[in-house]
Amino acid sequence: MEFSTFLIQLLNGVQYGLLLFLVSSGLTLVFGIMGIINIAHGSFYMVGAYLAWSLTGAIGNFWLALPAGIVISVLIGMLLEWLVIRWLYHRDHLYQVLLTYGLILVVEELRSVLWGDDVRGVDIPKILSASIPLTENQSYPVYRLWISAVCLLVAGLMYWVIQKTRLGMMIRAGASNREMVQSLGINIQVVYRVVFAAGLTLAALAGMIAAPVSAVFPGMGNHVLIVCFVVVVIGGMGSVKGALIASLLIGLVDTFGKVVTLAIGGFKVLPELSSMTVYVLMAAILLWRPEGLFGKRL
Amino acid sequence: MGDNGSEKRPELSRRGFLKAGAAVAGVAGIPAIARAQGAKMKIGLMLPYTGAFAAPGIAIENGFRLALQEAGGKFAGRDIEFIKIDDESEPSKATDNINRLVTRDKVDLVLGTVHSGVAAGMIRVTKESGVLHIIPNAGFGPATGALCAPNIFRTSFSNWQSGFAMGVVMSKRPAVKNVVTIAWRYAAGEEFVKGFKDAYLKGGGKVTKELWLPFPNVEFQALLTEIAAIKPDAAYAFFAGGGAAKFVKDYNQAGLSKSVPLVGPGFLTEGVLDAVGGAAEGVETTLHYGDGLETPKNKAFRLGYAKTFKLQPDVYAVAGYDSGLLLEAGLKAVKGDFGRKADLIKAMENAKIDSPRGPMRLSKAHNPIHDHYLRKVVGNENRVAGIAVKALDDDPAMMAACKM
Amino acid sequence: MTSRANAILLAVAVLGLAATPFFAEKFYVQFFAKLLIMGIFAMSLDLLLGYTGLVSFGHAAFYGASAYTLAILTPQYQAANFWTSFPIAIAVSATLALVIGFFVVRTHGIYFIMVTLAFAQMLFFLFHDTKIAGGNDGIYIDVRPVAKIGDWQPFNLDNFVHVFYLVLVFFVIVYVLLRVILASPFGRVLVGIKANEARMRSLGFPTFRYKLVAFVIAGAIAGVAGYLSSIQFGVVNPEMMGWHLSGAVMMMVILGGMGTLTGPIIGAAVWMLLELGLQGLPKVGSVDLGKHWQLWMGSFIVLASLLLPNGLLGLGASLLRRIGKQRGKPDA
Repeated sequence: MEFSTFLIQLLNGVQYGLLLFLVSSGLTLVFGIMGIINIAHGSFYMVGAYLAWSLTGAIGNFWLALPAGIVISVLIGMLLEWLVIRWLYHRDHLYQVLLTYGLILVVEELRSVLWGDDVRGVDIPKILSASIPLTENQSYPVYRLWISAVCLLVAGLMYWVIQKTRLGMMIRAGASNREMVQSLGINIQVVYRVVFAAGLTLAALAGMIAAPVSAVFPGMGNHVLIVCFVVVVIGGMGSVKGALIASLLIGLVDTFGKVVTLAIGGFKVLPELSSMTVYVLMAAILLWRPEGLFGKRL
Repeated sequence: MGDNGSEKRPELSRRGFLKAGAAVAGVAGIPAIARAQGAKMKIGLMLPYTGAFAAPGIAIENGFRLALQEAGGKFAGRDIEFIKIDDESEPSKATDNINRLVTRDKVDLVLGTVHSGVAAGMIRVTKESGVLHIIPNAGFGPATGALCAPNIFRTSFSNWQSGFAMGVVMSKRPAVKNVVTIAWRYAAGEEFVKGFKDAYLKGGGKVTKELWLPFPNVEFQALLTEIAAIKPDAAYAFFAGGGAAKFVKDYNQAGLSKSVPLVGPGFLTEGVLDAVGGAAEGVETTLHYGDGLETPKNKAFRLGYAKTFKLQPDVYAVAGYDSGLLLEAGLKAVKGDFGRKADLIKAMENAKIDSPRGPMRLSKAHNPIHDHYLRKVVGNENRVAGIAVKALDDDPAMMAACKM
Repeated sequence: MTSRANAILLAVAVLGLAATPFFAEKFYVQFFAKLLIMGIFAMSLDLLLGYTGLVSFGHAAFYGASAYTLAILTPQYQAANFWTSFPIAIAVSATLALVIGFFVVRTHGIYFIMVTLAFAQMLFFLFHDTKIAGGNDGIYIDVRPVAKIGDWQPFNLDNFVHVFYLVLVFFVIVYVLLRVILASPFGRVLVGIKANEARMRSLGFPTFRYKLVAFVIAGAIAGVAGYLSSIQFGVVNPEMMGWHLSGAVMMMVILGGMGTLTGPIIGAAVWMLLELGLQGLPKVGSVDLGKHWQLWMGSFIVLASLLLPNGLLGLGASLLRRIGKQRGKPDA
């Protein structure tokens, strides 16, 4: 591999990793703070993409569709928390898996009813539609760089909210001691509702900003769900920092796994088995640290 | 929806449900379903009605119903009854689902399906039981190769065929000396690439590198960078549905479409042009059909379909429609008596179908022999630029594997 | 409901089922065989879920592993030997469970859920992306295994009635075996681990080893189900290891009532009947209820997880209690 190609692949890996972070950060947040496992998380990534498509179509402007989509996602999140999720806080994780598995089916079919089963697309907004030439025949879309910037911004914002604000303090306290927080007169119900809505909105936001470079299609959430799980397991449950590092790690491993050739004893390993690389990485890390890179010790 | 033929749902049939429930408790027996003489012909539609392939599934059913409607609601005087089952494009449920149609509902013909893995499961059962089976999409080679059977027909295509057609086109272009292929690493992807290579290598071309992506992964960036580094004269790509839309967009945004022309089988640009905006402009594909085919038959078909279903037909609808024509041709020869199975099969084998795609007949292995067109994306249309290969038959290796 | 009542109920059901091939059509015989196979599969998961407190979201890996073993052991166009292929397939599932268990059993709670899922996905992709056993299209077992001992053939797996009875026999064996295991000191330790692992550890029980053994037993039994399924349908594909199946079997266990063994069987039955029934919902006016059957399935799951904390079996038990109470009232 030429050095310039290597650098571009590095960029590809980081860019993919950052997008992964955006999707999985909501999952780890909801996990870490509420102890809720939401396996329908990927479905809301899909909902975000469809929202971007339908709202851009209705409003005619991606930049207006984005905030509108965020508002709708927050409302969906709060509604869901109020309707179903809040009954699960004192129940075993098992019921959370069961319920959110049911939600996957419900969301997928509602998508079919509301938006149909066709493949859709969203245009890249004009202002970001340029490309930066990298080599004589390859260029890098500005929009992808913008996605990375948004992901970094969200990462920074999450860090600031959790570490520096009163809401963050309540969130952190709620994570460690639910009863104490309640005795201080803080309404933990409200905190949880906000956190769940935020987690869902992060997934939807990822779907929305990915929509112009991706396409919008049925079942697209299932693609990202499992890899989000891997991110959270590697990074450590509830750790936003861990999710960021794990995402970047996976982005790089996945990218290079597809282009590096590797054979062990005449048996071609890469790129033939590239879809397994991230799982092997996960197994290795678990063997070393069962709680993930930045998880609390078990 | 066209209101042709009565429709009976298999699964609720509330009585059937209760019966099954009663039998669980071991209380009641299940009376055999009696079939009256001269009854309606029962057609099982085993198609995806939910999930990623729901749109093609519905188009196929619509196409079939259009053929029935044009025939006056009956094929050769025979009434048709439909029994629908959602295969969910889920191979692990395929055997179960087809068993329901064949052994419980005792259908006379099965139409299905889109997903090759599911179709393979269906074939296993239809081959054993001998029930008539028309495959209206799934393009995997063995269906009309090693798995072929007298009662199994395909009205769509084989993956190899459309790959081969593009190989022929590319080998005739002196400027295209080396090509990179990129596809999902699964059976269909491998068949498209094999078809392409069979023609292109024979024509003197060179495939510099084969790039593969795990199915259904859609992270293309790493491989696009590879293509840029290799600088081939063209890239042959196979992806479908949402993956195809994303690939075409990514390819364009990486700036590759300017230096490395993108070509592929028709599915690369089928049903995704609205989704990709202008990103597919100039992409060339080969397929046995094109929306803008300027034949009277195609125009009439498109008009009829649009009128009946308030939708534009696509290549999937064509296969559904042709499945109807094929069955009609068979039933006409036996005057509607579908009990005369051997004669019916013979008539279907020899049928010459006047399809919207052009003339079509079946090979000995029951795969379509049809023209393949070269299409070029202009605006929102796969414009037909000419015939790539006339009356193209299937992969000789597959045909040799078919013993019947 | 007491476990004795459960056992009697089950015995009656098994006897009833044993009679089905005498009057039922082929489809229903096969349907019940499938139901029993899923029952075995669900019971094996219940050992982890309901008794040991290990929420495995990757249980299909072991179901698929034995099915693939049979597929690989079957020479093309020839039959494998039942008496060798069966134990080998189960051994493969058990060994796999041992290896995976070694990694996953050290994790807890949500982690365990995710990690089991991820390991199963790893196997799924191994079979999906490589040419081993037909890749993503799966592979067909063209000729079913032959169960010959010398010249004597006790049963013929090409005969669907024989397959049904074989499944029924295994169903009973698995049920009895699990009951025996659970009644043993080993089983009580498992239940103790579920209730309070730290305490069991402080009492001197090597809980890791106990959990690992439970994981292996469950994996082996799931292997039995997978083997039987591949015999019945003659097809093996990667989806047999996929997370949809892992999820579905988990739903069966919870739906029926976990920690009961009988519950998972009921859950499997209800689940499969629902799948069958919802697709056939009629058209009401212009709305096709059947087309969006997954919407109803999903809603049902959501409601069941909210309203049935102890599964259908728990619901039945509390209804019985309520009836009992009302009857008791006049006397009091």
